[in-house]
Amino acid sequence: MEALLYLGCTVPVRNLNYELSARKVAAALGVKLRDLTEAGCCGFPLKATDQAAALVIAARALAQAGEGGLTLTPLCSACTGTLAEAAHHLDHDAAARRRVNRELAPLGLAYRPGVRVKHLVRFLLEDVGEAAIKKKLTRSLEGFSFAPHYGCHYLKPSQVLGGLDDPEDPTSLARLIELTGAEAVAYDSMKECCGGGVLGADERLAGRMAGTKLVDLAAREVTALALLCPFCNVMYEGQQKTIAKKLATELKVPVVYVTQVLGLALGFKPKELGFKLNRIKPKDLVKAFK
Amino acid sequence: MLLNDCDPGFKHQVAAEPGGQGIKACFACAACTARCPVAGHVEGYDPRRLIRLVLLGRREEVLASPLIWLCSTCYSCQEVCPQQVSFTEVLTAIKNIAARAGYGPPATEAVIDQLAAHGRLLEVGEFENQRRTDLGLPEVAEAPAHFQKVLGVEPAGGKS
Repeated sequence: MEALLYLGCTVPVRNLNYELSARKVAAALGVKLRDLTEAGCCGFPLKATDQAAALVIAARALAQAGEGGLTLTPLCSACTGTLAEAAHHLDHDAAARRRVNRELAPLGLAYRPGVRVKHLVRFLLEDVGEAAIKKKLTRSLEGFSFAPHYGCHYLKPSQVLGGLDDPEDPTSLARLIELTGAEAVAYDSMKECCGGGVLGADERLAGRMAGTKLVDLAAREVTALALLCPFCNVMYEGQQKTIAKKLATELKVPVVYVTQVLGLALGFKPKELGFKLNRIKPKDLVKAFK
Repeated sequence: MLLNDCDPGFKHQVAAEPGGQGIKACFACAACTARCPVAGHVEGYDPRRLIRLVLLGRREEVLASPLIWLCSTCYSCQEVCPQQVSFTEVLTAIKNIAARAGYGPPATEAVIDQLAAHGRLLEVGEFENQRRTDLGLPEVAEAPAHFQKVLGVEPAGGKS
C-alpha cells in the first residue's frame, strides 16, 4: 500500500517528532509513504483574505499529487481541511476548475478531478484498518491513559470530511488509542478547539481557548494529551507555559502525537519516535519503554 | 439605527461571494452561537448577530468590525446548523469582502511576502535540512517561483 505524504509548512520544521513517528508507524503498518518534496504551503493562511488565491495554491498541490494517483495524506489538519475542501470544490464546480487551471498552466500543472485527500491518521484507520493495525502491535500500553484531541479539520466540515466519524460525538481516535491497550480518557472539554486559528489575530483569546482544555486535563490523572495536528501542538505544548502564567495556575499536561502512541505499541523505542523533542514529556511512559 | 444607513444589497453581495450562499436561509435559532467556542470567551462575538447585521444591510458595521477576524474556523457552527447556512464559510466570504475593501488584517502582507520568498510559511534552509538529515529525514525543497507566479508578486530582495 502506498500514500503520498504531504508535510506542509510547520511539520517538517517544527514538529519533527510527529514526522518521525508518522513515518515509522506507516512503514511498520505496511504503508510506503512517498514524498511530495516541493509541496510547501496548502493555501490555508490566505483563505481569510483571498479565497481565490488560496484555491489556486491548494490546486497546485492537488495537481502535483494527482499525477501519481496516490491518496494525498497530510499530517496537519489545517492542510487536510484546506486541500480536501479545494478538491471537493473543484470536483463540483467546472467553472472554478477552468479558472484555476488557467492560473496553473504557466506552472505546467493542471487539476484533474478525483484527487483523494485524507489525514494520515484517517488513512491508517480506513485504508489499513483497525483489525490490521491491531495484528501488527507487539506491545501493550496498558496502565497508561491518553486524552484524544480530535481538533477541527480532521473531521469538519462533515460535508467534505464526513464518513469517518461523527464530529459532534467522535470516537475514531479513542478507538485507535484503545487498540494499544491504553485507556482513552473521556473528558468534558474533548471537543474544544485549540484556538490556533486565532493565535495571529488575538493571542489572549487563543490562549484562553487552549487553556480550557489544559485546565480540565491538569485536574485529571492522564499520561498525555494525544494530538494529530501541528497547530494544536503550538497551542497545547508550545504555549502551555505562557497560558499557565496568564491564567495564574499550574499546568503540566504532557503532550504527544497519536503516532507516537502507536509507535510505542509497534515496538519502537521512544528515541526512534522523537520523544526527545517533546517539550512536556510523559516521563513515566518514556521510562517504561526505554 | 436609521433605515437609510442600511445597504439592502449587502446580503446579496455576501450571498454571491463563494461560501456566502447560505446566509439568507438563517432563521436565527442561534445554534451556531451556542456551539461557538469563541462566543464563550469574547463579549459580543455572536454568529447569529453577525448574520442579522448582514441581512439588515449594516455593511460598514460588519466589515469594519474587529470581531469578524476572531473566528477560529472550527466549523462547529456548520455542524449544528439546521438550515445549512455554513456560517464559517459565510464569514470567510465576509472577510474576503472586508479585505478587498481595505479592512484586512495587517498580517496578510507578511504571509504573502513569506510565500513569495519561500513558498512556505516557515523557511527551510540549510540549517533546517541539516537537522532533518541528522534525524534520518529526507530534505525538503522550496518552490518559491510557483508562488510568485500564482500570487503575481516579485521575489523579495532578489532572492536567488
